[in-house]
Amino acid sequence: MTALENLFGAAWPVVWTLAKILAIVIPITLCVAFLTLAERKVIGYMQLRIGPNRVSAFGLGWTAGLAQPFADVFKLIFKEIVVPTGANRVLFLAAPTLAIMPALAAWAVLPFSPELVLADIDASLLYVLALTSMGVYGIIVAGWASNSKYAFLGAMRSAAQIVSYEIAMGFALVGVLMVSASLNLSDIVAAQAGSGFWSWNLIPLLPLFLVYFIAGVAETNRAPFDVAEGESEIVAGFHVEYSGTAFAVFFLAEYANMILISALAAIMFLGGWLPPVQVDALAAIPVIGLLFAPGLHWLLAKIAFMLFCFLWLRATFPRYRYDQIMRLGWKVFIPVTLVWIVLVGLALQDPVREWPPFSWWF
Amino acid sequence: MSFPEIVFYALGAVLLLSALRVVTARNPVHAALFLVLSFASAAGLWLLLHAEFLAITLILVYVGAVMVLFLFVIMMLDINVDRLREGFWRMLPLALPLALVLLGIMATTLAGPWFGLAVRVPSPEDAARSNTREIGQVLYTDYVYPFELAAVILLVAIVAAIALTLRARKNVRYIDPAEQVRARREGRVRLVDLRAPRGEGGGEPPASA
Repeated sequence: MTALENLFGAAWPVVWTLAKILAIVIPITLCVAFLTLAERKVIGYMQLRIGPNRVSAFGLGWTAGLAQPFADVFKLIFKEIVVPTGANRVLFLAAPTLAIMPALAAWAVLPFSPELVLADIDASLLYVLALTSMGVYGIIVAGWASNSKYAFLGAMRSAAQIVSYEIAMGFALVGVLMVSASLNLSDIVAAQAGSGFWSWNLIPLLPLFLVYFIAGVAETNRAPFDVAEGESEIVAGFHVEYSGTAFAVFFLAEYANMILISALAAIMFLGGWLPPVQVDALAAIPVIGLLFAPGLHWLLAKIAFMLFCFLWLRATFPRYRYDQIMRLGWKVFIPVTLVWIVLVGLALQDPVREWPPFSWWF
Repeated sequence: MSFPEIVFYALGAVLLLSALRVVTARNPVHAALFLVLSFASAAGLWLLLHAEFLAITLILVYVGAVMVLFLFVIMMLDINVDRLREGFWRMLPLALPLALVLLGIMATTLAGPWFGLAVRVPSPEDAARSNTREIGQVLYTDYVYPFELAAVILLVAIVAAIALTLRARKNVRYIDPAEQVRARREGRVRLVDLRAPRGEGGGEPPASA
C-alpha cells in the first residue's frame, strides 16, 4: 500500500477513492446483471416454466442459462440508438444518465459492515432520501424529450406516483430516525444491536417497514405499481423510444434502484450486518462461528431476501389501477405513517420507555 | 489555488451560467431544468461551507419535490413563448425598481463587513460538528414557538389551497376503491339452478341431472 501511495504521490487520495468507488460500482453492476437472470428464473419457476436455460458459460453444461445476462448485454450494445424525429437530442441522451446517477451515487453512504463504508457522513439518511428523489428526473426528461405521446404519458404517471409515495417513504424514515436518534446509517444499525432479530426495528416499526417497502416498490416503478410502463395501455411508457445502450442504462437504473431499496430496508429495519440470533456459544465455534458473527454476509443475505420479495410481488399481483395507486399512497400510507409516528413518539416519552415491551427496543 | 477554491469557482460558474439560462432559455422546460442545475450547484456551494444539512435539504425539497411538480405542470401546459415575451416593455417600469431593490438587498448582504457584521469563515471545527444535530437542538428549544407557528401557517395554507380549488361536482360517477376491494363473490354472483323442463319437447335433460 505504501509503495502505491509513493507511486501516485499527491494524486493518491483521488486514486484511492476512485478505487473504492469502483469496488462498489462493479459488484452492483454484476448484481444487476444476475438479478435480471434471477428474476426470469424465479418468475419462471413460479409460473411452472424453466426460464432461460440456453446460454452457458464456456460451453459448460451445468452453467446452462447462467450467461444469459451477458448475451442480453451484448445484444443491446450492438443495437443502434435511434433518436426519434423531433426529439430533443441532448435531453434524450442525457435522460438515461440522469436515471442511473442517483441510483449509484446513493451507495456512497451505505455501510456494508462497521468498517466498510465509503463516506461515513452524519446526515447519510437525508442524503439517501435526497438522491433517491432525484431519480425521477431521468424518467420525466426521457418522456418529454422523446416527443412521443406514450412516453409522455408514462413520464407524467411516474412523476405523480413518485412524488406521492416519496411523502409516505419520508415519514417511514422519520420513525426510524426517532428510535435510533441518529441520521447516520451506521449508527442506525448499531442501535439495533442487542438480542438478535428481537431488537431490530422491524418489530416496533412493522407498519412503517411495510409502508417503506411498498413505497419502494412504487418508486422503482416495479410491478404491481408499474403503470409508468404499463405495456397494455401505453406500450412501454417513458422508454418506448429508447433502444440499444440507452435502453440498457434505464434497465440498469431500475434494477440498481431495486437493490438500493432492498439494502436500505435491510439496514434500517432488518438490522443491517447484524445476525438474527445472537448466541455467544454459537459464535465461539472456530469456523462456523464466523457465520453467526455480525458481518457483510448477513447484509447480503437480507438484501437477497428483499430482492426475492420484489420478484415474488411481481409474479403474484396484477397491476394496480392508477386511481387505486393514488388512493393507497395518499389515503392509506400517509395516515398510517402519521399515526405510527405519534405512537412511537408517545412510547419514547420518559416513563413509558422504561416499561416493557418498550424498554426492550428503545 | 487550493482544491476548495477550484471547486468553489467551478460551482459558482455553473450556478451563474445556469441561472442566466433560466431567464434566457426560450423553452420553458429547458428553463426549469436549468433551475434544477442551479439548485444543485448552490447545494454544492453550501457543502463547501460545511452546511451539509441545508445543502441536502435544498436537494431534497427543491430538486426532489418542488421542481418535479413544476416540470409536471410546465410540460402539460402548451406555453406560447412569444406571447409570454409580449409584455416586456410594458412591465419594465414595474420590474426595474423591483430588480433594483433585490440588487440592494444582495449588496447589503455582501457588504456585511462594511456595516460591521462579523463574517463567519468555516473552520475545521465546523466540519467535526454535526449541524443536523445543532439545527435540531436550536429549532426545538430556543425557536420552538416560531417553528410551530410556521408549521401551523403552512398547514393553514394547504387547507386553504385545497378549500379554494375543491368543488363538489355533481353527476360524477365516483368509484370508491375501498368498496371495490371489499366486493365478494357472494354479493355479485347468484347461482340459479336452471333446469330444462322435461317432457315438453325441450330436448334431452343435462347429462349430470
